[in-house]
Parts: sequence; C-alpha cells; structure tokens
Amino acid sequence: MRETDIAVVGAGPAGLMAAAYAAEMGAQVLLIERSQALGGQLVKQTHKFFGSRQEYAGERGFEIARKLMDRIENQPNITIWKNATTLGYYPDGVMTVKKDEKFHTLKPRKIIMATGASEKTLAFPNNDLPGIYGAGAVQTLMNVYGVMPAKRVLMVGAGNIGVIVAYQLLQAGVEVAAIIEAAPKIGGYWVHASKIQRCGVPILTGHTIKQAHGTDRLEGVTVCRLDEKWAMIPGTDAYFEVDGLCLAVGLSPLTELLWQAGCKMEFVAELGGYVPWRNADLLTTHNNIYVAGDVAGVEEASAAMVEGKLAGLAAAFSLNYQTEKFAAEYHEAKNQLNALRAGPVSAKVCSGLCKVMLGEAI
Amino acid sequence: MLTKDGIPSVEDLSAVTPPTKRLNQGPVAVIECFQEIPCNPCADACPSGAITMPGNISARPIFDENKCNGCGICVTRCPGLAIFVVDFSYAANEAMLKIPYEFCPLPESGEEVQVLDRAGKTAGVARVIRVQQQANKTTVLWLAVPKDIALDVRNIRRKMGAMS
Repeated sequence: MRETDIAVVGAGPAGLMAAAYAAEMGAQVLLIERSQALGGQLVKQTHKFFGSRQEYAGERGFEIARKLMDRIENQPNITIWKNATTLGYYPDGVMTVKKDEKFHTLKPRKIIMATGASEKTLAFPNNDLPGIYGAGAVQTLMNVYGVMPAKRVLMVGAGNIGVIVAYQLLQAGVEVAAIIEAAPKIGGYWVHASKIQRCGVPILTGHTIKQAHGTDRLEGVTVCRLDEKWAMIPGTDAYFEVDGLCLAVGLSPLTELLWQAGCKMEFVAELGGYVPWRNADLLTTHNNIYVAGDVAGVEEASAAMVEGKLAGLAAAFSLNYQTEKFAAEYHEAKNQLNALRAGPVSAKVCSGLCKVMLGEAI
Repeated sequence: MLTKDGIPSVEDLSAVTPPTKRLNQGPVAVIECFQEIPCNPCADACPSGAITMPGNISARPIFDENKCNGCGICVTRCPGLAIFVVDFSYAANEAMLKIPYEFCPLPESGEEVQVLDRAGKTAGVARVIRVQQQANKTTVLWLAVPKDIALDVRNIRRKMGAMS
C-alpha cells in the first residue's frame, strides 16, 4: 500500500492549485486525475478570465492551465497519476484507485477532494437524438479536438456557460440560431451577453424547450414561452431548424467520495446540489478530508483556484509543514476569496455558503 | 435591456459616454461595463491612471476622460470586450473607432466592411484603417465610420467576396 502526505483528487483549477501550494509547503503530494490530461475544464476555456491579477485575470483559461501545469510538473514533491480514477474511500482511511487498468490501494494522511461538478440535463421528448450535447461536450469537441459539433445550434441556458460557449461556437464558424433561457433574466455576465447580441444572436428569456425533432439525428427544435409561474404558454410555439442543440443548464457537484467518507452533506440549491459542510479552511466534518472548487459549491474557476490554494496550505499546515511565507499566503487566499465574492453577482453563492459553514478554522 | 439580453438602454449608455466636448477633442475610451463583477484588468492596464477601481474589485470602473488619451490598451485587456475608443477629431465626416475583435479570418486594412450595432443589426458601412494584432489574441480593429453612427457601431461583418 502506498502512503503519502496528501492525496489531491482531481487536477482541475482547484486541484492543481491545492497540489502546488501543499507541495511548496513541503508536503508529499499525490495528484490523481481521471483523464489523460491535467487542467480539467480550464483547457477548454478560450475566453479571458475575470478576477484580479492574482487569479490570472485577463488571461485565457487554457493559458492559465499551462501556467499551473508548469508550476507542478517540475515540483519534486508532487507525483502525478493521470488516467487514474479514485474508486472509493474506506473507514480505515484507505483509498482505492484504478490506474492503467490496475487496482491500487493508497493511504494518504490528508485528502483534498477537488472532483469538480457534472452537467445537469433536461427532460424533453427526443432528448437522446444525436446532435444534442451538453455544453462541456461541445467545448471538448471544438476546443480540444478541433471538431465542429454542428452547423447551426440552438443554445439552452443564458448563464455564463451558455453565453460563453455560444460565443465560442460563433468563433468556430458555427451559426447560433438563438440562446433560450427559462428564467426571466439572463444569469451570465451582461458583457458576455453583449458580445453575443452584437453578432446578431437573439437571447430569448422566459423560453423553454418543448420537443426535439428528427429521426436519425436532430433536425429541429420546438420552443415555447413560459409564464411567470414557469408554465408553458399555449400557442407560443416556435420552431428552429437546427442540427445541434447545446444544453448549458447548470452543474451539480461530484460528491460521491464525500458521501462514502461520511462527510456531513446538505442540499443547497444556490451551490448546485448536495455539498459538504466545511470550515473556513475547507475542512469537512471528516478530520482528514478537505474540499476545493466546484465539489464544494458550483462557482467561477477563479474562486476554485483560490479555494485550492487555501485547502492546499491548510492541509499541509495541519501536518505540521510550515514555511515563512505560510501566514502571508494563507491570509492572501482568504482576502482573495472575500474580494471575489464581495459583489452582487456572488450574492447567491454567499447565501448558499452560509448554510454549510462550520465554525473555527486554523 | 441589460438584464434580459445584455443590450444597454439609452440611459445606460449616456451615463458612460464622454461629453460631446471631450469626444470632439480626440480619441477617448467608452467603457460599457454596467455590472458589478469581480474584475479589474482595465485599471491595471491603463498607463494614464484614467481608470480606477478603489477598494473593491467588484466595483464598476471609475473613468476620468480627461486623463485618457485613447491609447486603447484597455480595449485589448478587458475580459468582457466591453471597452471601445472613439475619435471624433479623425475627419470632417468620419470618426475613428477602435473595437475589440476575436474572429477569423481577420479583415485587411483598407477593406470595406458592414458595421453592426449592439443588437447585431447592420448600421452602415465602414473602412478598416488598421488591424492591430495583439499577443493576447484580442485584435483591435481601427475603423473609419460615419460620424452619425460612430457611437452605435460595435461589430463588423465582412462582405461576401472579401472572405478568403
């Protein structure tokens, strides 16, 4: 059985930062990533990030991923396992991992769960037709593999993912028929919506998808308007001839390992679903398990990176690793999180966080 | 309406458009950032100290049009592509407009293009003066635009046949 100071599960923005900061404190880190590449969803993000300079604002997501990878790949305290799926966590503190078709057991002293989130979907007739994708799949096809997902797409969801992916589709030369959004207001940043509008793509709030049409593949979609109680209004059907339908209807935290470990969980709609109780250092109710990023509550990648930094520092500190920079970096991370969450666009996340926050930190 | 489709109203725009006197003096930024989002690269980018964001990174930028010389560095840096530069002193009938642009293939200098307003509707025709490519891949297009539409134009569409 392999032993290590800290196992970090997931090498997205939160996991990469957690591994980097824990290792710089002196801890031996094993970074476990399910896919063949590091970076998580960052590698698919071609837009410039918001935030401040400390969170790489103004740089594009895939470039931030490259910077974070550079930072950890030459760090002697970090061992990287790619193509490695964490299968389970047991009461004796043993983790099981499948790597290269082999079964491994592992006993870390601390674990930072940075497993991210999965996409939600929508139920409607014919939603299994080829040509209907989640926004993550569209980004993977276009931005990772250079494959055009469709010629003309209807986007469902005007949150940040919907408006950003619609813009990326336009950049890839795909026609975007419209963005529909069930809520009466757009959820994404207005500047992203403005970028779409000046390309002539309408955003239709208060609309939902009624049915997809096609035999072997998607040929069109019927949408209709919703009233203030979110009920479909008869006689408002509109048909869009499209060969692609992209669903960007939210994310839900990937918490299976936390449930298995017995962490106290809570359903918090503002954070995307069930999330763990945690203290200000991101320690859950399990004394050895920290969380960072979307698994702790769905939020922007900039916040995920800072949570990773904080969890990495706190987990290493709890094992008595110490550096001269620790106090400054720890307080900087807390200040960064507060600054990122200070504005009105974070009100929902903050009201969700209040519901799962435990008392004392370090 | 901004909350419904991201299109600012006349009132929203008049609050961020520099006064006519300043517009006529030469190039100046128009910062169409209407939402308090955590973001401050514009303030970091401005070499003249014309854009500030005191205290809180979620505040909207505070812009001093008298310190701005229209250099356009903020145009390339803004993650929201929400900053433009307009120069009404460019010519008698034309204003010069700098817009951020992230589509390929890029237009060429001298090319005539259709110009689009904030809703993506055709507003007229303009001439590309310069295509200023940037390391961060947000190209800045310099356009000669009829003065009467210069404050409405926010995008271009290349004419059929110009596409290589």
